[in-house]
Amino acid sequence: MTTRITKQNTPGSLLKAVQEKADVNLGVCYQCRKCSIGCPVAGEIESPPSEIIRRLQLGAGDELLQTGLIWTCLSCETCYARCPNRINFAAVVDALKAIAVEKGVAKPEGDAPLFNRSFLNTVRSHGRAYDLKAIAMYKLGAGNLGQDMDKFPAMLKKGKIAILPPSGADKGKVKRIFEKAAKNKGAGR
Amino acid sequence: MKYAYYPGCSAHSTARDMHESCLAVSKALGIELNEIKGWTCCGASSAHQTDRELAASLACANLLKARQMGMDMVVNCAACYNRSKVANYEIVNSVQMRQSVADSLGEPYDGSVPVRHFVEILLKDLGVAALRKKIVNPLTGLKAAAYYGCYLVRPPEATGFDDPENPTILERLIDVTGAEDVEWSGKVDCCGGMQNLTRTEITVRRSAAVIEMAQAAGAQCVVVACPMCQISLDVRQADMEKLLGKKYNMPVIYLTQLLGLALGISPEKLGFDKLMVSPAAVLKAARKPVRQNVKG
Ligand code: SF4
Ligand code: SF4
Repeated sequence: MTTRITKQNTPGSLLKAVQEKADVNLGVCYQCRKCSIGCPVAGEIESPPSEIIRRLQLGAGDELLQTGLIWTCLSCETCYARCPNRINFAAVVDALKAIAVEKGVAKPEGDAPLFNRSFLNTVRSHGRAYDLKAIAMYKLGAGNLGQDMDKFPAMLKKGKIAILPPSGADKGKVKRIFEKAAKNKGAGR
Repeated sequence: MKYAYYPGCSAHSTARDMHESCLAVSKALGIELNEIKGWTCCGASSAHQTDRELAASLACANLLKARQMGMDMVVNCAACYNRSKVANYEIVNSVQMRQSVADSLGEPYDGSVPVRHFVEILLKDLGVAALRKKIVNPLTGLKAAAYYGCYLVRPPEATGFDDPENPTILERLIDVTGAEDVEWSGKVDCCGGMQNLTRTEITVRRSAAVIEMAQAAGAQCVVVACPMCQISLDVRQADMEKLLGKKYNMPVIYLTQLLGLALGISPEKLGFDKLMVSPAAVLKAARKPVRQNVKG
């Protein structure tokens, strides 16, 4: 592919931020491409893992945050498991996602940030995940309430998804963890 | 055999079958599972995508509770297992993470509580010989594909579960039940579960690829140890069939459900009624050999 690089930041600033956040050193990558060969979504995206690394090294900026691999990634960690240099590329993707959310990039395809917020919201209030509420919040926000409506009645009937909120969790502990995280970086709102 | 048991949020929602079969099998085998009081969400995939420290802190809250009980923490959900193992790994390997988690939890934690998946204690603590003695209903003739997905085996330095490219723990347990494990190359492929609600078509295609490989290998069912995989492969099977215009009818069951049948536990107690794809093929194999089991 053609590598298009648009430097919307100081060149290399995204590379530095990602390396710090993910606690990785991308300088040891020797472009063997094992990560990309094993990546199950490589065929669906513009740049597979090894190319994202190269683009970061060449000074890529915000264009990496909006589309492509980071919002398609499955967190399967095959890239990390197979890297001869033990580069945790899955953590690189997580770091890019977190930076994208901090910078307030527009809604990516599938809106994973909205899903994560919805999910973590239920954890913060109940101490445990409350699937039904998280899914409803996400679907309302994403405007795709219709999808999967054929499945929910059967799942509810089978008890494959809980109707009532979870109970019994040490909510105080979870509240404290979220408060600390919010104080540290405004995460997990 | 006493353990601190961490059920995980899905145990009371999308994976009640996983939880119920785990408890039923434990009871039958004399494994004492003590549920961790007040256990909380491990953060699942949403926390680590949002904030690493938040993710580690959520997982460690439960590890600290297990430490107070003085027992290994046993998890039957591969996703919770993975998050807890990764948290331990990060705590041990990063001073910064250790400090940040201690600050978040209000107490220090050194990453030392052993985290075990339920299938590991079946194989390593109980062992094949002890398990074989308890099999009253061997599932002879049933062909099963052992499917690990991602969370058990990756990242290998954190989970240390088994060979990351060719694990065999599930196969050895399938063998104990009398069923036959099929040789196939899809066992550590990803089901795409993380995008199940966000980019559903990716999940549907990844999962269909797994089901097709299992089918091509001659499997009559796929055996899992992860609720994310179970949901993707089972609940999404109707979507795969619609998208690809094929019929699979491939039951996707937990290892604890399969083992439970071989231990003579009734399907109702093992949550077989929760499955979306009919497990008829599996249940048929479970019924048939009762008469043939004359070895005593
Ligand atoms: S596998 Fe590792 S060294 Fe090879 S290209 Fe990928 S990140 Fe670089
Ligand atoms: S974790 Fe993401 S980037 Fe890495 S191999 Fe899996 S899907 Fe690809």
